[in-house]
Amino acid sequence: MSNKSIEEVLNYPFNVGIILKKKKEIKRVLLQQADFIDKRIAILGGSTTAEIKNILELFFLKEGIKPSFYESEYNRYYEDIMFDNAKLQKFRPEIIYIHTSNVNIVNYPELSDSAEEIQTKINNEFSRYTSLWEKAAELYKCPIIQNNFELPATRTLGNLEFSDIHGKINYILRLNIEFAKYAQANNNFYINDIHYLSSWIGLEKWHNKTFWYSYKYALDYESIPILTHSIVKIICAIFGKTKKCLVLDLDNTLWGGEIGEEGIRGIQVGSETPSAEAYKVFQEYLKTLKNRGVLLAVCSKNQMENAIEGISHPDNVLKTEDFVAFYANWKPKYQNIVEIAKELNIGLDSMVFVDDDAVERELVKTQLPMVMTPDIGNDVARYVCNIEKNIFFEPILLSEDDIRRSQYYEENSKRDFHALTFQSYDEFLISLEMEAEIKAFSSIYLERIAQLTNKTNQFNLTTKRFTIAEMEAVLQDQKYITLYGRLRDKFGDNGIVSALIGMIQDDDVHIDVWLMSCRVIKRGLEYAMFDELVKACLRKSITTIKGYYIKTAKNVMVATHYREMGFQLLTQLESGDSEWQYTIPADYIPKANIKVVNE
Amino acid sequence: MNKEYVLEKVQDIFRDIFDDETLIIKQETSPNNIEDWDSLAQINLIVAIEKDFDIKFNLEEIQKLRNVGDTLALIFQKINKNENS
Repeated sequence: MSNKSIEEVLNYPFNVGIILKKKKEIKRVLLQQADFIDKRIAILGGSTTAEIKNILELFFLKEGIKPSFYESEYNRYYEDIMFDNAKLQKFRPEIIYIHTSNVNIVNYPELSDSAEEIQTKINNEFSRYTSLWEKAAELYKCPIIQNNFELPATRTLGNLEFSDIHGKINYILRLNIEFAKYAQANNNFYINDIHYLSSWIGLEKWHNKTFWYSYKYALDYESIPILTHSIVKIICAIFGKTKKCLVLDLDNTLWGGEIGEEGIRGIQVGSETPSAEAYKVFQEYLKTLKNRGVLLAVCSKNQMENAIEGISHPDNVLKTEDFVAFYANWKPKYQNIVEIAKELNIGLDSMVFVDDDAVERELVKTQLPMVMTPDIGNDVARYVCNIEKNIFFEPILLSEDDIRRSQYYEENSKRDFHALTFQSYDEFLISLEMEAEIKAFSSIYLERIAQLTNKTNQFNLTTKRFTIAEMEAVLQDQKYITLYGRLRDKFGDNGIVSALIGMIQDDDVHIDVWLMSCRVIKRGLEYAMFDELVKACLRKSITTIKGYYIKTAKNVMVATHYREMGFQLLTQLESGDSEWQYTIPADYIPKANIKVVNE
Repeated sequence: MNKEYVLEKVQDIFRDIFDDETLIIKQETSPNNIEDWDSLAQINLIVAIEKDFDIKFNLEEIQKLRNVGDTLALIFQKINKNENS
């Protein structure tokens, strides 16, 4: 089997038949990868765990974790922790997984029991587990993962199993609530929710009594992949190996139809039709992910204007500000995904790409195998399920950070909060310890710079868009002065965020492009850019700089930019466009407060 | 379904489970001839056979399976029942 087909077998929807039958081969192939991290996992079972261990191993290897296992003897989960156990102590587990299930419940209520007697049974049952967990925490000081209880397959009391205090279902639910409370009160303790897993795939499928009587497995063989996948995802989350960014296509992914073809009135999102509603619900799901810290990015084959127009649909749940990166162009998507990863400074292996188009998915899968590319199908009603069941974004707990908005805004809000405690804005800027790198364009940055010309709308004096080829031509042509600006501060590297192109003509420099990403606005970078432009002009003995403002619907914020830079107004057109001029004085004093480091 | 076909398919299953592309099974092949054929492998074989032939073994049948011959006979009996019904 190839690595790719193994990926597919082990991704949702799992190919259970292949996993069970070919697990030796899958393991052999997975082991050929490099760079595993080793982890010691103790499996303490209340029923047989041999095959659970084997399948766990496959999912671990897929995630780049090479497990070594301690496996308790059959149904020795309690004794292994509570009594002296030199073998387990020598093993020094980094994770303890306690695989118990409803077959391990000791005392169900009897019909003759009073409410108090049932409460006592619950307390006894529960305290057996708490003593186990406490002892394990004390001895091994490692995270503990504990199954809750699944519902039984049959119901002697019928619906009363749920509603009557003597019912088994009622009893199990009460126990599960106790487990949840314990998890809320204790760090390093996590529930593996088999109550949900078994309900989701169906109790009929989850349970297999033949297997129980023959081999003492508490669940059917075919359910083992779902169980082990869930456990591995919890452990990945504990070790910080969750996905961070969801890269989304637009047409037929976020909304129905194609914005470029059908326009804002043609696309489906909202409540007008069944599919419009399904797209809206999908967006709501994404918004929830975003609200707990998952970064959302757009990668769409579209004109930028069309993409923005689509997002501006009044029934869209997601707005442009919900995305940390927005790429709409005609480049292969894998290139954009690489750019997004760079821009956000995250690894490609922490990205998930979602596109309804199987061809686009295939291309990304082939070019970037480390990016997860779930098959979301072509039915929008199933998108959420098809993404969610892969458990890309398992949170182990909801931290303040998760509840706050995504990272980029979080950093910005840190900066904002910061600003409050300073006497002056300048003082605040100084505290950011900013460092700018301002240099002539070089070929490695062309792509990023071309991209900036395409996606920057607000701080953009002329809104001229460039393809990479056009940018290449500018780079080669001696009549241009080019400058890019990169800004770092104590919160991180913002990357390349500004670009300026001056065209030399008749002893003057005409500023053809001047733009800056909105995430560094009001940081004074424009002054540093200007200082460097002045230096470059003086090197060529040029003293006159001409600036142009070409008005668009989005760049009003820079209408008076040149005045603020000290330019004189030459002409003001009715259209809102204007022309400006600056003469470099002999005693030019640099304007910027930012340290420029051009090593 | 004829006996050769069933044998061939079961042999493929054995090869997958034991990850051995050269494995040849015969009627009398049993846990005594295959080193890795422990109780866990036995379960894996049963699960794979059930799935690939779309049949189910009951509790008693599972306990009676001692070698390849027993298994083939039981599969054959089950699929014929399926085909006739």
